[in-house]
Amino acid sequence: MMVKLILGFLWYLIHLVISLFNLWSHLCNNLECYLISSELLPKFRNLRLEKLKYLGVVVDSREANNILKVKQLLWWLSTIGVKNVILYDVEGVLKKLLEPGIKASRDRNSRNSINVSANMEASHFSHGGMAVECLSGSDGKEGIAKAANLMYSDFCNCATHGSAKSDIIFTEADMACALRAAGSGGAEPDLLLVYGPVRCHLGFPAWRLRYTEIVHMGSLKSMKYGSIVKAFYRFSEKYQNYGK
Amino acid sequence: MLDSLISQDLKMEKEKQPDEIVTTGVLESLQNFIRKCIVAVLSYGPMPRHIAFIMDGNRRYAKSRSIKEGAGHRVGFSALMASLLYCYEMGVKYITVYAFSIDNFKRDPTEVQTLMELMEEKINELLENRNVINKVNCKINFWGNLGMLSEPVRLAAQKLMASTAGNAGLVLSVCMPYNSTSEIANAVNELCAERRDMMQREHAGSSNGRAAGSGAHSDISVADLDRHMYTAGCPDPDIVIRTSGETRLSNFLLWQTTFSHLQNPEPLWPEFSWRHLVWAILQYQRVYPYIEQNRIQAKKQL
Repeated sequence: MMVKLILGFLWYLIHLVISLFNLWSHLCNNLECYLISSELLPKFRNLRLEKLKYLGVVVDSREANNILKVKQLLWWLSTIGVKNVILYDVEGVLKKLLEPGIKASRDRNSRNSINVSANMEASHFSHGGMAVECLSGSDGKEGIAKAANLMYSDFCNCATHGSAKSDIIFTEADMACALRAAGSGGAEPDLLLVYGPVRCHLGFPAWRLRYTEIVHMGSLKSMKYGSIVKAFYRFSEKYQNYGK
Repeated sequence: MLDSLISQDLKMEKEKQPDEIVTTGVLESLQNFIRKCIVAVLSYGPMPRHIAFIMDGNRRYAKSRSIKEGAGHRVGFSALMASLLYCYEMGVKYITVYAFSIDNFKRDPTEVQTLMELMEEKINELLENRNVINKVNCKINFWGNLGMLSEPVRLAAQKLMASTAGNAGLVLSVCMPYNSTSEIANAVNELCAERRDMMQREHAGSSNGRAAGSGAHSDISVADLDRHMYTAGCPDPDIVIRTSGETRLSNFLLWQTTFSHLQNPEPLWPEFSWRHLVWAILQYQRVYPYIEQNRIQAKKQL
């Protein structure tokens, strides 16, 4: 009992020291973000975004309810020059909150006779010249299960039409096609910003996360413009060899 | 007993045989005692059951120390054995390592050949000298498209899997050659084959007058795919550690890491040591309440 108390005390002490260390890092980070936002650090002034074709943003579902913060984030991203954003939260809060924008986009497309697939219409809209796609947990593992069902139907059809069943082996390319047909295809983000307490991808669609750089940004309510610029700068300096 | 297997000098560049890792002397005994005390304190909080490692940085390590690339991978193997023993000491039950990606076949053929020869050599060493395996009662899995490996490596891997299949201690899963999208496609193929067999059995059963089941006709669910992943029966990783500071997962366990704490410490893989593991677990303990809450909520929704 006494030993357990001592171990508990030491454990809490270690974590207290780490908290103090994290607080210090947080303060230094805040200072750096302020300097970046004020354009006082030369290297962050001219961002090169050629490599950043698609940006993913994962938001913790509880924090995603703060629609003002989400809209501010989208405004910052469009100001910086991001062209395509993929928003994601596990519970689909963002899809629900941004539904008016999605609906307006759908109406615009139908007025302009732009043909967009029903699946894409359900989750895309435009925000200040930036294309935004909203995803949720149902686009993750469940999306892959839907694609698997399509592939299984093909498998059964081939069997019915007399092809040798044992010869059918689906490849990753077949899987990618099935995902597109099931409405769970789409571009892979080059960079994924995670807004939440923890660096987790929270079930972002697996097929779109293969080589994505994943950066933890902290909580949405304390998001900083300078942090985004720093993340983009570090991304622009990255080199990927894709396994080579 | 375990102490005799854990080396004190992981900064040595030359390759070490697992059964040559020994500690001697009063100073080393004191270090072992301190290490055990720290582990006891750490264990007061939540400990991860499953840690996955992306062992990145072997080539950079070799380059920074002006040694041959192959030597970097050898030191990396020593770091793997040491990490295995440290994890065992801390009560971690499952370790998964990304040893070779399917994308790595795009590398220079000489390098791929060197890696394959190293893997075959190390697997055969583990088969012959079972000190490490026996001490942690290790079950070893090889996850991936084993058909892509050369025959000697594949046979050695299969032999090692078979010889450790009955062990009930720490589970070491070596992903080679592996990628997550290939694993998912493989799961779909296996599921289709399973349902085809079920339908054939139902057809045979119905022609004998027995009632048909509905298994082959229901929609494929996430749980069905889970059963056919290489990781079936293994809990999802609590922590995924990619060394050398890189921030991507490179097609590793994308299906299984929904609520895994992703960490990317700066040290290169051969430099990854006990203190880095302790730090990783301390970071995990700080985020554990959030991760656990999300896991419970996800289970409720299923």
